[in-house]
Amino acid sequence: MDMQALLDFFSFADPNVRYVVLGNVLLSASAAMVGAFTLLQKKALVGDAVSHAVLPGVCAAFLFSGSKSIALMLIGAFATGWLALVAIDYITAQSKIKKDAAIGLVLSVFFGVGMVMMTNIQQSGNAAQSGLDHFIFGKAATLIGSDLLIFAILSLVLLVTVSLFFKAFVVLSFDRAYAQALGYPVRRLDLLLTSLTVLAVVTGITAVGVVLMAAMLVTPAAAARYWTDNIRRMVAIAAAFGAFAGVAGAYISYAAPAMPTGPWMVVVSSLIAFGSFFFAPKKGIVPRQYMQWKNRRVITDENTLKMFYHLGERNSHFGTARELKELINSREVAEPLLRATLRRLVAKGMLERHANGWRLTDEGYRKAARVVRLHRLWELYLARYMDIAADHVHDDAETIEHIITPEIEQELEHQLGYPDKDPHDTRIPKGGAL
Amino acid sequence: MIIHTKEPVLEVHDLTVSYSRKPVLWGIDFTLPAGCVAGIMGPNGAGKSTLLKSIMGLIPPSSGYVKLFNRPLEDVRHRVSYVPQRESVDWDFPVSVLDVVLMGRYGKVGLLRSTGRRDREIALECLEKVGMQAYTKRQISQLSGGQQQRVFLARALAQEADFYFMDEPFAGVDAATEQTIVGLLRDMAAAGKTVVVVHHDLQSAREYFDWIILLNMHLVAAGPVTEAFTDEKIQRAYGGKLSLLSQVGHVMEKRAFPSREN
Amino acid sequence: MIIAFWIILTGALVAVTCGMLGCFLILRKMSMVGDAISHAVLPGIVIAFLLSGSRDTLPMLLGAGATGLIATFLIEYFHRRANLQTDASIGVTFTFLFAVGIILISGFAGEIDLDLDCVLYGEIAYVPIDLWVTADGTVMGPRPVYILSAVLLIVALFIKLGYKELQLTSFDPAFASALGISTALWHYLLMAAVSLTTVSSFESVGAILVIAFLIGPPATAYLMTHDLKQMLAITAVLGIFIAFTGYWLAYWLNASIAGCMAAVTGLCFTAAFLSLRRIPKPSPTASEEPIG
Repeated sequence: MDMQALLDFFSFADPNVRYVVLGNVLLSASAAMVGAFTLLQKKALVGDAVSHAVLPGVCAAFLFSGSKSIALMLIGAFATGWLALVAIDYITAQSKIKKDAAIGLVLSVFFGVGMVMMTNIQQSGNAAQSGLDHFIFGKAATLIGSDLLIFAILSLVLLVTVSLFFKAFVVLSFDRAYAQALGYPVRRLDLLLTSLTVLAVVTGITAVGVVLMAAMLVTPAAAARYWTDNIRRMVAIAAAFGAFAGVAGAYISYAAPAMPTGPWMVVVSSLIAFGSFFFAPKKGIVPRQYMQWKNRRVITDENTLKMFYHLGERNSHFGTARELKELINSREVAEPLLRATLRRLVAKGMLERHANGWRLTDEGYRKAARVVRLHRLWELYLARYMDIAADHVHDDAETIEHIITPEIEQELEHQLGYPDKDPHDTRIPKGGAL
Repeated sequence: MIIHTKEPVLEVHDLTVSYSRKPVLWGIDFTLPAGCVAGIMGPNGAGKSTLLKSIMGLIPPSSGYVKLFNRPLEDVRHRVSYVPQRESVDWDFPVSVLDVVLMGRYGKVGLLRSTGRRDREIALECLEKVGMQAYTKRQISQLSGGQQQRVFLARALAQEADFYFMDEPFAGVDAATEQTIVGLLRDMAAAGKTVVVVHHDLQSAREYFDWIILLNMHLVAAGPVTEAFTDEKIQRAYGGKLSLLSQVGHVMEKRAFPSREN
Repeated sequence: MIIAFWIILTGALVAVTCGMLGCFLILRKMSMVGDAISHAVLPGIVIAFLLSGSRDTLPMLLGAGATGLIATFLIEYFHRRANLQTDASIGVTFTFLFAVGIILISGFAGEIDLDLDCVLYGEIAYVPIDLWVTADGTVMGPRPVYILSAVLLIVALFIKLGYKELQLTSFDPAFASALGISTALWHYLLMAAVSLTTVSSFESVGAILVIAFLIGPPATAYLMTHDLKQMLAITAVLGIFIAFTGYWLAYWLNASIAGCMAAVTGLCFTAAFLSLRRIPKPSPTASEEPIG
């Protein structure tokens, strides 16, 4: 990476850099914020329709005024974007057309009309039209001071409105019927959120372009969903991800002027999202896989300890050292896996290595006894409360024994009346040392 | 209490079914004799539909197995028919009543071939059996709930199967349709076919069914109505969930725990 | 006139192919997957162009087909493995791929004669000059027309042979599985057909018109009939009509042909919507009749 460019960029000495960065941060943070609510309402793709639908509005404003007035174009964009949303709602309400088809239809038709107007403007040879293309793919670098003021105001409006109506939006996205029962003006809130969505799209189009603006609504919000279950935090995280993507996009096109800002903003936020899908703690794919892997290890460990216990039960001598062959004979298990497990259990202090095999330590014995105890308690529970025949209970208990928490164990014992024998009439071990 | 039958046409063995690792059915184990009308009963969320879907192979079980006619489902699919819940499909779909009934023939017709005249005749016969012969060309969105259910039933009949699984065929239908369906079920049983029905209404159960499967996440009772459908068993099935089962299920979901070692 | 003929023919071929597949997409409530694929093919086209250094059809089709399938796979993967809601999964995936495509075009601007605009609008006006000349110098007519005809044939055959399965898996997937028909297989076959169609149409008509043709005529036909076969037929007729009218509208307005075709699609839908909206849906209880 070019160090000098990095320093130049983050010194913000260049007023142009300041404008672009500030503009990007404002627009992507506010879009992500609104996007969080549209995502929770399962309307993620509505943003796509709106962003495509602003094109005819932009062109109409240009045709109407004959100049490239940002304010007018934004008004035009807002008008057709809003009209598109109304059209989607109207079509789905008044016919059997489903929402997905309505979105796709409105998106392509509105954009098609925009294309017709656009070619018309281009052929009229109006020199000022050169900037019009930027609305399609976006070019944040063209932001100038006066434009920025408009965007700053729009973003501020978004920010303030969302914070003012935050609670209402939360209830609305979570449970419409409940919101209605609470006496919230659901229809008007819907309309407000709709208008905010359009406003967010409109604010972003000059920088990101109509084709990709949908991403700035959906992607940071989708990523944020993986880091928290708290909606306040989710909105904040989405805004932060959006803002980061905004800065990164601005930097990349500053360092490499040929690079377009908008697409890079989208790529950066997509990478954040992919990272979240895979690595976010608890909800990510990898941590979940890891947890499963750990679970499997716990199961093999506990099952191995159980083998020692069962062998010990035969001659009421739990402290005897056992040879590998004896262990393998008592339970079908692959030798390499068993060796690895034994090594791990020795390291954990559950087993001791002896000249002629392995033996349980005090701690290992306690652990083994607990697993066997839980197994037999669960078998008893199945037989007594679930009417499952005694010869059918073993398999289920085989898994449940590994997951019963101390609280559940207590409850189980209590419900069963602190029993001594399992359904097969074997003794249920109590705690205690070897 | 589980009363097993000597020569079962359906054997459900220690079936455990989970949604995102949380078991919703625990160790279900029962058998059914041929030629009976069996009702799966239980409170909301007891897993009645889940049991049906799992038997039909639509939800893979986390453990246990199902045998129909002493064979795995794959081998005897053509002898088994399934009637999903009425709400599970989009009734705006552009097909007519006859089209839907013809779908019952698709399994017999095979890949890349279309239905023939014989299939059409069978479909029309089946529509007549459910009293819908006057609606052959009608688009399905223009039917009442009861009529939609009759069409689904006709589709199942068109499969000419030996075993029928029906998910809530009496939900939201008029009294006349309910009687028609019950009559049909009786006829089918008399012809040696076996019918399993998910049902809600405790009052009518004794009258409709001759075998009962009482569920509430686990099997409370299974057997002939007279023996399995006692007040005490009903009380147990409807008297609330076993809180320990829910707790254990919750832990399994939270810790992404596998239901088997491997 | 001959130019008009080739352009209209191209438009009609795309419209009919897309429309027939679109019928199943909208019935499966998967319209937006079509939208996603039509955007997602862009990086594939650019990469194929960079690797092969030419605008030959085969590498382009392969590249675009690959990213189209990657998009469907990613959408499914995030949905299933990471529990991401479907709409978000679609939105995140296709915007990412499209953005990558634009970046590649900008990055290799010098080496690539792919115009950003043509990605969206297509170059249907240039179809008549993209000629297929055989080795001995015979001019066989525009190349895209042959490719699109072949694709139409494949798609028509696919729908004809798989009609039963496509219908059933769209209407009642649970029943289909119970019959032993694999819903996943038919899902992926349909997606492959949509990818193939999108990819081959993309160059001629652009991403937006592909979406318009995938959804517009089927949605209009869906309003007009209660029969799937009629729906397919109406879609095909509408597609031809739209290609024809759209071209002459563009000619008259001197504007983008793809844009005009999309606009006419919108007009057709609006006309059907307004004229059919007033017919009240017979209420289910009203049509209840005594049981025989």
